[in-house]
Parts: sequence; C-alpha cells; structure tokens
Amino acid sequence: MSAIQTIPINWYLLLSVVLFTIGVLGVLFRRNAIIIFMSVELMLNAVNLLLVAFSSYLSDSKGQVFVFFIMAVAAAEVAVGLAILMSVYRNSKSTDINDLSRLKG
Amino acid sequence: MITYLFYFLSFLAIMFALMVVLSKNPIHSVLYLVLTFFAIAGHYVLLNAQFLAAVHIIVYAGAIMVLFLFVIMLLNLNKETEPHKSIWLKASAAVASGLLLLVLVGSLRNAELITAANPYNPSIGLIENLGQTLFHEFLLPFEVASILLLGAMVGAVMLGKKNIK
Repeated sequence: MSAIQTIPINWYLLLSVVLFTIGVLGVLFRRNAIIIFMSVELMLNAVNLLLVAFSSYLSDSKGQVFVFFIMAVAAAEVAVGLAILMSVYRNSKSTDINDLSRLKG
Repeated sequence: MITYLFYFLSFLAIMFALMVVLSKNPIHSVLYLVLTFFAIAGHYVLLNAQFLAAVHIIVYAGAIMVLFLFVIMLLNLNKETEPHKSIWLKASAAVASGLLLLVLVGSLRNAELITAANPYNPSIGLIENLGQTLFHEFLLPFEVASILLLGAMVGAVMLGKKNIK
C-alpha cells in the first residue's frame, strides 16, 4: 500500500505548483542574493517532486534518473554561484542585489 | 492513514517554504529550507522512491545546505545586515506570485487524470532498477554530468582565488 493507489496525481501537481510559486515569491520578495539562491533551490525541488510523482505513477524509472541529473546540475550551480557571491562580497561588502546595478553599461 | 500523512507532509513543506521566504534572519532561512527538504524527502518515501529520498537528504540537507550555512556564517550576515525592499515592491511581488499561482492552478485544474500504471511496479525506486536505467539508457548524460561537475569545481576554485593573473 502506498500513496500511489490512494492519492490522485492532481494533489502532487497542486503541491508542486504551490512550492514553485513560493520560490518565485522568494526571488521577487527578497534583496539578499543568498536567499534568492535558496528560492531557486526551492523551485528546482518542486520540479523534482513532480518528476518523481509522475515517474511513480507511470511505473517508469526514467523520471527518477532525471532527478539525479537535476541534483548534479543544482550542486554545480550552487558551488559556482556561491563563489561568485563571495567575490562580489569582497568588492562591495554586501550581498544586496541592488549593489550589482553598476554592472549596467 | 496515507492521506493524512500526505496532508501533514504537504502542510510542513509549504509552511517551512513560506518561512524560508519570510524569516528575517538568513540563518533561520537556511534551517527552514533544510526542514522543507526533509518534508520533500518524506514525500519521496511515500511515492516509493526510497533511494532518491536518501540521496536527496545526503546531497541537499547534507552538502548544499552546509555550503549555504558556511557562506552565510563566513560573510557574517544577520538580521541587522539584511537589506529590505520597500513595502510597495513587496506588495507587488506578492501580487505577481499570487497571479502566477492562479494561472498555474487554473491551467492544471482540468488536466487529464492519470491513474497508477497497471500492473503497478513498486520496485522502480529501488537502487537496482535505477542503476539499470542510469547505466544503460543514460550513460552518455551521466558522463557529461561528470564533465559539468569538473568544470564547476575548477570554476569555483578560480573564482575563489584572490587575484587571478
């Protein structure tokens, strides 16, 4: 007995959509670049959850393998992104994204 | 029973995710994000993806979140240094994401229902099946992912150096 037989896929769709929207809210709502990174992670995880749900409902393991690749890309993205943030902080002494507006030409 | 567990885990995931966005202190945000990831790992277990749940906890809660926490503590970010948007920008952000939620829910509401595959195979989330798929059909993407990780590692080290000649 598992969730697959008792819970319709629409609930997982709804949960993922809500989590994704919270991630979008975080990107729009905050000015600290690290929190924006965390919101992007939240969006990636909402998509991962939906991939796992569909892969379980369709009895196809390809979706779960895809989640592995998303995790690898997320790990690479976080490593490079935090390194960029560290060098930004060394120059401007803050992680406020408004300080990055001088990148405009 | 399973339905109540689903409700409980969904409630935890959504509440902690909101706390990530709304809490003032960046350290609290990271800790709430770890709790969100644990709730999502619980969902993976409910969906019979046991190996993925373990990997999720190890990679996200174990590695990525520790990296975030390390950077926040290194930069000494706290409640006082936290920049704030004006109230109008915050309200417009809330309205914009609320509208996005409305559009997504409205478009998915009438989506065609899929039922569980019949005969249903409960062992696809186990490591044996995942390994078979990963190393037969996805061998080339797997190797490309290793190059991506190598590139990310070299890039992070180069960016972390003080003066690049």
